Amino acid sequence: MPGNAVVETQGLSVHFGGVAALDRVSVAIAEKELRCLIGPNGAGKSTFFKCLTGQLKPSEGTVQIRGEDTTGWNPHEIARLGVGIKTQVPSVMNGLTARENIWLAAKRRNTARQADRIVAETLDRLKLGEFAGTEVVRLAHGQRQLVELGIVLAGKPWLILLDEPAAGLTGEEVQRMVEVIREMNTEASLIIVEHDMHFIRSIAKIVTVFHQGRVLIEAPVETVLADQKVRDVYLGRKG
Amino acid sequence: MKTGREILLTAIVGFIFMFALPLLLSHYTLTVLTAFAILALSLGFVWGYGGILCFGQAAFYGLGGYAFAVAAINTQMPWLGFLAAILIPAIVAALLGAMMFYGRLSDVYMAVVTLVFTLILFKFMNTTAGEAYRIGSARLGGYNGIPGFPTLTKPWNPTDYLYNESLYYFAFLLLIALYLIVRLILKSPFGRALVGIRENELRAELMGYDVRLLKTVAFTIGGAIAGIAGCIFANWAEIITPNMFSLGQSSEIIIWTIVGGAGTLAGPIIGAGVLGYLKIALGENSGLNNFFIMGIVLIAAVLFLPRGIFPTVQSLLSRVSLGRPRQRISRRRRSRAG
Repeated sequence: MPGNAVVETQGLSVHFGGVAALDRVSVAIAEKELRCLIGPNGAGKSTFFKCLTGQLKPSEGTVQIRGEDTTGWNPHEIARLGVGIKTQVPSVMNGLTARENIWLAAKRRNTARQADRIVAETLDRLKLGEFAGTEVVRLAHGQRQLVELGIVLAGKPWLILLDEPAAGLTGEEVQRMVEVIREMNTEASLIIVEHDMHFIRSIAKIVTVFHQGRVLIEAPVETVLADQKVRDVYLGRKG
Repeated sequence: MKTGREILLTAIVGFIFMFALPLLLSHYTLTVLTAFAILALSLGFVWGYGGILCFGQAAFYGLGGYAFAVAAINTQMPWLGFLAAILIPAIVAALLGAMMFYGRLSDVYMAVVTLVFTLILFKFMNTTAGEAYRIGSARLGGYNGIPGFPTLTKPWNPTDYLYNESLYYFAFLLLIALYLIVRLILKSPFGRALVGIRENELRAELMGYDVRLLKTVAFTIGGAIAGIAGCIFANWAEIITPNMFSLGQSSEIIIWTIVGGAGTLAGPIIGAGVLGYLKIALGENSGLNNFFIMGIVLIAAVLFLPRGIFPTVQSLLSRVSLGRPRQRISRRRRSRAG
């Protein structure tokens, strides 16, 4: 086991009935690393992601986060370790304002006064001040994505899990997202599930490619993008 | 609005109603309506803010009544009964809530479980006629219920019973106090997290909130408030029967809340007062079936006042006082205030 792994899975499997959505996956992610998980639809990357966040309980295998065995933990217990999580479909509290959304995230680990300060900082950092008092349900998709990022940031996580952060964003918004992610990476390790190849090219360092529930290849982004097998299962088909 | 000012304003409005309502209706009628209002407040909190659709709020109402009667008979100290009427329903709600929330029941199953729970109590209490069914010296009395228990007295004079006028003022003061307590809870970090859970349970969990625990606590608070309502009812009726647990009672609480305005606290209170009075008024008229009327009122409210009486009146008033351009701001402000 590498000494500096913040997340390590061993033999992680998830079976849905007879189907193995995830088949004995062992992955280790190092401190301050930015790891991208890619793969075609149904490759198992979201299943893997949900095992890390506690939304799914693996059928077999273990998940360790900073040396702690978190296999089968509930999402809130994993979050309390200092793990920030962004789901695929923006998961925000629709009827509440952007400010209240971020405040609730900040309050979990802080006093009310500290939380107020963190909210102000976060709104500023994401340039969301203008929408702070607006109910999230009225915001555009890209703004909602940013609010969710704000929720993640307000928890001051040291490990951040992002599921398709670039989905549905405009080119400009993707650029902003890339900046924010780079900045987050200076303080935290990141695991990002993504489809958008443009986005992957601009931020990825090491990429893990999933295919049919297994890890196909794990290598620096240039190697992965040049790999013929990867092109066949994923990029080739996508055209 | 600053919390202190809001409390003061609410209390003033509450007191105005407390003294004005007896000009229209008798203290006797108003007392039972106040009990209904407290009961509706409990569901308004649990459902409107906690997002927990409890079809069996009547269970805790009935348990409050029975706990009061049984404890008052056994100890001859009605104020101990009052305490029991809070504690017993709260404990039962905590157990039932923990079972449902830690068991991860979905909303539909939760509604069914809570409904069945109150119906089981209804059936059971109906079968408790006879000597065998007694708790201490209190006979449960089957479908005849428990009559003749000692009722609440003035704390400083144990022979001076609270009834009619004094019971009304006591009940209404309780209603004001409970309303304020719930308001403060909703302003606290716990209350804000609870509303967050209502809006998005998964997100709350991913923030690190233990949703199961927070919902159980909310459900317990709701149970305690419903128990107080049951205690007031018991003191008013001076008899309790299994009907407190009935399907009719359970559904009425939900109708009050919907018609008054779910998602507010004042709405359910108003709904309970208006519909509760309608039921009493219609009860004197044998030509019309009560359930029939309640059904029509519910359907009319859902069709024409989908947000309920209170929110509709509120937005009408703000339209009149603020004029059109400022409407949106006020709506936003109100939604923040809940």
